[in-house]
Amino acid sequence: MAKIFVLAEHRQGQIRDITFELLTKARELAEKTNAELCAVILGKNVQEHAKALAEYAKTVITVEDPKLENFNSEAYKRILSKLIVEHKPSLVILGHTSYGVELAPRLAAALNTPLATDIIDIAFEGDTLAVTRQMYGGKVNVKAVLRKADTYMVTVRQATFTPKKPEPPANGQIITVPSPLTEEISEKRFLQYVLPPPGGVDITAAEKLVGIGRGIKDQANMPLMEDLAKTLGAVLACSRPIVDKGWLPNDRQVGSSGKTVKPKLYLALGISGAFQHVLGMKSSDLIIAVNKDPKAPIFSFADYGVVEDLFKIVPSLKNKINEAKAQKT
Amino acid sequence: MDIIVCVKHVPETAEAELKIDSSGKTIDKAGLVFDINEWDDYALEEAVRIKERFGGTVTAITIGPQDSESTLRKCLARGADKAIRLTDPKFEGSDAYATAKILHSVIKTLHYDLILLGAQAGDTGNAATGPILAEMLNIPHATMVKKIELGSGIAKVNRELEGGLEEQLEIRLPALFAVSTGINEPRYVSIMGIRKAMQKEIKVLSLADTGLAETDVGIAGSWLNIERLYVPPVEKQAEFLKGTPDEIAAKLVEIIKSKGLI
Ligand SMILES: Cc1cc2nc3c(=O)[nH]c(=O)nc-3n(C[C@H](O)[C@H](O)[C@H](O)COP(=O)(O)OP(=O)(O)OC[C@H]3O[C@@H](n4cnc5c(N)ncnc54)[C@H](O)[C@@H]3O)c2cc1C
Repeated sequence: MAKIFVLAEHRQGQIRDITFELLTKARELAEKTNAELCAVILGKNVQEHAKALAEYAKTVITVEDPKLENFNSEAYKRILSKLIVEHKPSLVILGHTSYGVELAPRLAAALNTPLATDIIDIAFEGDTLAVTRQMYGGKVNVKAVLRKADTYMVTVRQATFTPKKPEPPANGQIITVPSPLTEEISEKRFLQYVLPPPGGVDITAAEKLVGIGRGIKDQANMPLMEDLAKTLGAVLACSRPIVDKGWLPNDRQVGSSGKTVKPKLYLALGISGAFQHVLGMKSSDLIIAVNKDPKAPIFSFADYGVVEDLFKIVPSLKNKINEAKAQKT
Repeated sequence: MDIIVCVKHVPETAEAELKIDSSGKTIDKAGLVFDINEWDDYALEEAVRIKERFGGTVTAITIGPQDSESTLRKCLARGADKAIRLTDPKFEGSDAYATAKILHSVIKTLHYDLILLGAQAGDTGNAATGPILAEMLNIPHATMVKKIELGSGIAKVNRELEGGLEEQLEIRLPALFAVSTGINEPRYVSIMGIRKAMQKEIKVLSLADTGLAETDVGIAGSWLNIERLYVPPVEKQAEFLKGTPDEIAAKLVEIIKSKGLI
């Protein structure tokens, strides 16, 4: 029977959400193509994780090795290459995460396995694999097919598929494979985790956030933004370019490589809505977006949208908030 | 330190209205402004900084038509010493895999201690070319690199993980690093720099010079074949507020007030 491999992702003793997102989608594909769903987990002391995976997958392959205590794409590449050659899965699925991005392209090149990255949908069409992905920061969708092969590989965008536990649980068989790593990986070594220095403001605790993006154009406009936030009683948060330019500190960044926030109000000013940003703020209770581009992807996530130059809206908004506050007292 | 920087000439699309062209397989590029890929801009800056500290050379390489020379000129003006442009109509339609093959064909003939490029390109967003190229060159790599500290024969790099966490790795040189935005602050180019850059030679190579076959590149040599582009379906659409800025602001305040947030 054909197999579908899903690589489980875990860090610091925790299985990551993406793993269950992948397993849920993979299960659907496995049922459609009559394939066996197989979760693969590499690490040190991963038997508890393997049990969790067995609720989703028909088989769980575990490789235990002290050398796998922390993720190392080179170690993963060597082990997975061997497993893939042995089991010949029709499809190998990884997350488009920091780990997946590091590992998948190199693994695919080593095996000459056609790869599509950052996909948001996937389907077998006969024996070819069709994928949907995005280009130009989410402004255009692309349907593509992979070159015909026995094994395909994809990395899947985070938070694209909603995890659902199978009912009844799959009760998969856990198979432990001895580690093929004979020596330390000397060309690439994990040293330590590094946490960003603690900042002064916790945007995850704020009730109201004013999120600013590259659309604010110039550092000289920062006081205007700070003013608006203050008037609204909100905290200033931002998209990544604002941090990259050094206009706000690291801990104000919302998104996949920043913070996940869920305020009662997220007011997005001049933010296009790239998925890495959206990941961090889409669960906010009320989302209002101001962007002069009517096609900006942010409008698919906002409750209310304003297509206008933000510099025309911000001063008026500040005045109206002040008026409303005056009426109240 | 001899450093190779791979750069891509891409259209700026964040604020542009995109139209899908009649083939349905690409966007209409007329009227779009092209520039160096944002992520590559940081890679170039990092390369020049390393050269300024440790000496050596920086070679910028791009694949692209004549237009993309402006991106190479920018690299030269910023401090790159040499530039190579790979160009051939047969390269069109190349995905990350075919692109890596083209880059590999030239890079394998050069001396390098480091290869730098952006973590992804703003147009295709594959985030795959770097690691594939590293595999072909059989050198270690790291992606989403936020910090590089060089020692003798090794580098310590910080990679971004999710949620603000980073990991620090030690990597043997020569190596390939795909860098994230924000690793440095790209410098402005002086007029002098631009003038000097205009005089520098850009080496141009075609398919015949790469030693690759026609079937190695373009769509034939790719893993991924684009069938069609389309505008993303609207799953949820914001309710748009219309009027003068004052009217819109008044409506926004009403909405925010109705939730008890003012
Ligand atoms: C691995 C990785 C991790 C990442 N992590 C994050 C992350 O955690 N957080 C994050 O935000 N990004 C992240 N990014 C970057 C992300 O892909 C986008 O590049 C970024 O979110 C874009 O920010 P932006 O919307 O502010 O800028 P742009 O995409 O440049 O958008 C600017 C917007 O402003 C609008 N605008 C311009 N002028 C005006 C005006 N006068 N009035 C109104 N609107 C105006 C434009 O129409 C445009 O829509 C990550 C990328 C990668 C590759």
